[in-house]
Amino acid sequence: MRRPRAAAVLVSLGISLLACSLAFGQSSVREKIAALDQRVAAAQSSADNSWMLVSAALVLLMTGPGLALFYGGLVRRKNVLATMMQSFTLMAVITVLWALFGYSLCFGEGSRFLGGLGHAFLRGVGAAPDADYAATIPQLTFMVYQLMFAIITPALITGAFAERLKFSAAVLFMTLWFVIVYAPLAHMVWGKGGLLNASLGGAFPTLDFAGGTVVHISSGVSALVCALYLGKRLGYPKVPMPPHSVVLSFIGACLLWVGWFGFNAGSALASGSLATSAFVATHFGAAAAVVGWLLAEWLRNGKPSALGAISGAVAGLVAITPAAGFVGPMSALAIGFTAGVGCYLMVTRVKSRFGYDDSLDAFGVHGAGGTIGALLTGVFALRAINPIFKDAQGNARAVGLLDGNAGQLLNQLVAVLIAWGLAIVGTLVILKVVDAVVGLRVPEEHEIEGLDVTQHGEEAYNLES
Amino acid sequence: MTKLEAIIQPSRFESVKDALREIGVEGMTVSEVRGHGRQKGHTEVYRGREYTVDLLPKIKLEMVLPDHLVTSAVETILKSAKTGKIGDGKIFLSRVEEAIRIRNDERGESAL
Repeated sequence: MRRPRAAAVLVSLGISLLACSLAFGQSSVREKIAALDQRVAAAQSSADNSWMLVSAALVLLMTGPGLALFYGGLVRRKNVLATMMQSFTLMAVITVLWALFGYSLCFGEGSRFLGGLGHAFLRGVGAAPDADYAATIPQLTFMVYQLMFAIITPALITGAFAERLKFSAAVLFMTLWFVIVYAPLAHMVWGKGGLLNASLGGAFPTLDFAGGTVVHISSGVSALVCALYLGKRLGYPKVPMPPHSVVLSFIGACLLWVGWFGFNAGSALASGSLATSAFVATHFGAAAAVVGWLLAEWLRNGKPSALGAISGAVAGLVAITPAAGFVGPMSALAIGFTAGVGCYLMVTRVKSRFGYDDSLDAFGVHGAGGTIGALLTGVFALRAINPIFKDAQGNARAVGLLDGNAGQLLNQLVAVLIAWGLAIVGTLVILKVVDAVVGLRVPEEHEIEGLDVTQHGEEAYNLES
Repeated sequence: MTKLEAIIQPSRFESVKDALREIGVEGMTVSEVRGHGRQKGHTEVYRGREYTVDLLPKIKLEMVLPDHLVTSAVETILKSAKTGKIGDGKIFLSRVEEAIRIRNDERGESAL
């Protein structure tokens, strides 16, 4: 009696043990897969995050020292520090505004035209990604990366009012310009639900990979308005005002070129092949524009200049910015070359014909280059590079004109017109306000003495010390 | 004592200096200057804007010589500074009343 019973107990024990271990085995496999998934996601996140942090630093490098040196070298020696200070101050002022409400106005959920205040004081912006913008990096990384764009954009405008604007007026202008022009445009093009957003429900899906409209058209066109409103520098164009150091500009332009890899390839918001594609397009665009500008200059002046070479590089980098993540290397060459020749004609022929004093050619390079780039993006964008448009089944649709989507050119044009319009109206209003509150130009005798001494109480080059 | 001032092409400076040392000129003061005579300047172009640069870089030599050295110094400079083109510069001579060595109050030609 005992034995069979004991055997039955043993058997049932064995079965239950086996079942137990089987069940345990299944759940452990599932757990292992889940853990593996988590680790893969974490690894991708780390890879993307490291590239994005480097990119953010590279974009900051473009403002200081890149743009500060580029512009600083182009002014006369009495205005170097004032020019550099305008760029550097933006690194501080825009950062504070960004933290308080700027990020929220650009990227928070809001209307078609402006973000709301949901992320004011960076509420809810932490280690968790915002999947709508970049699913693999902390939103905090996305936030600080975008901040660097908001810094350099108004800094570009300083080239138009160099050597004559009060420092107080510059700071007030920049603050207002960031709120009234930059934030709405950034939200419209890049923000969730923005009017021109390409992938998050825009009415006119616009291709702007890294800021052709948001950064370069907005700043370049505003620069033209500033130059016209402020009037010429004393003595322009009779008094010679050659750059005081093309060497400084040269170093600045080289730093801009390097920093631009963060600007454009970083705009992939990940470290994958799209970033590589944008990196290559960026470099090719810059190179072709140098060739274009130099050829045009050589043919017309008989000499290819160093300033021409670096100006061409910047023009090419500007024009390839909206296209970087959408076009192949050969298209990048075409866009760059067009911009090099086009911007050369803008700063030499058009400026002298109309006689405005865009001191450092912010409009001729960024306004013209940005417009050329924004329109050509609509021509050259390919789904093979970036399948940004999908049909209902999730298949990639044609992107640009050469890809079979002629309508995209119209969307690009709408975005260009909106950017131009907002920049013109916004800047005019801001200039009126700043003029009324603190006044715009320094007194004549200060302009003659130089802004370094009269605005900042110091000199760039103390030969006696 | 005679003061000799010569304004010469920067490219000729080294050979002028060496030639003067060979004939026994003991010291000189040299400055990098800018100026123009009949030589026209050149144009520079920055982003399509043309600037005429009419003040060109030159080297200015100044020396005070004992009278027996003046003629040979002038000849030496004429020979060594000449390129034959416009812009080779000028030599000016003027009388010097007194020379004083600051270290020991020595006066006259021995102070040179």
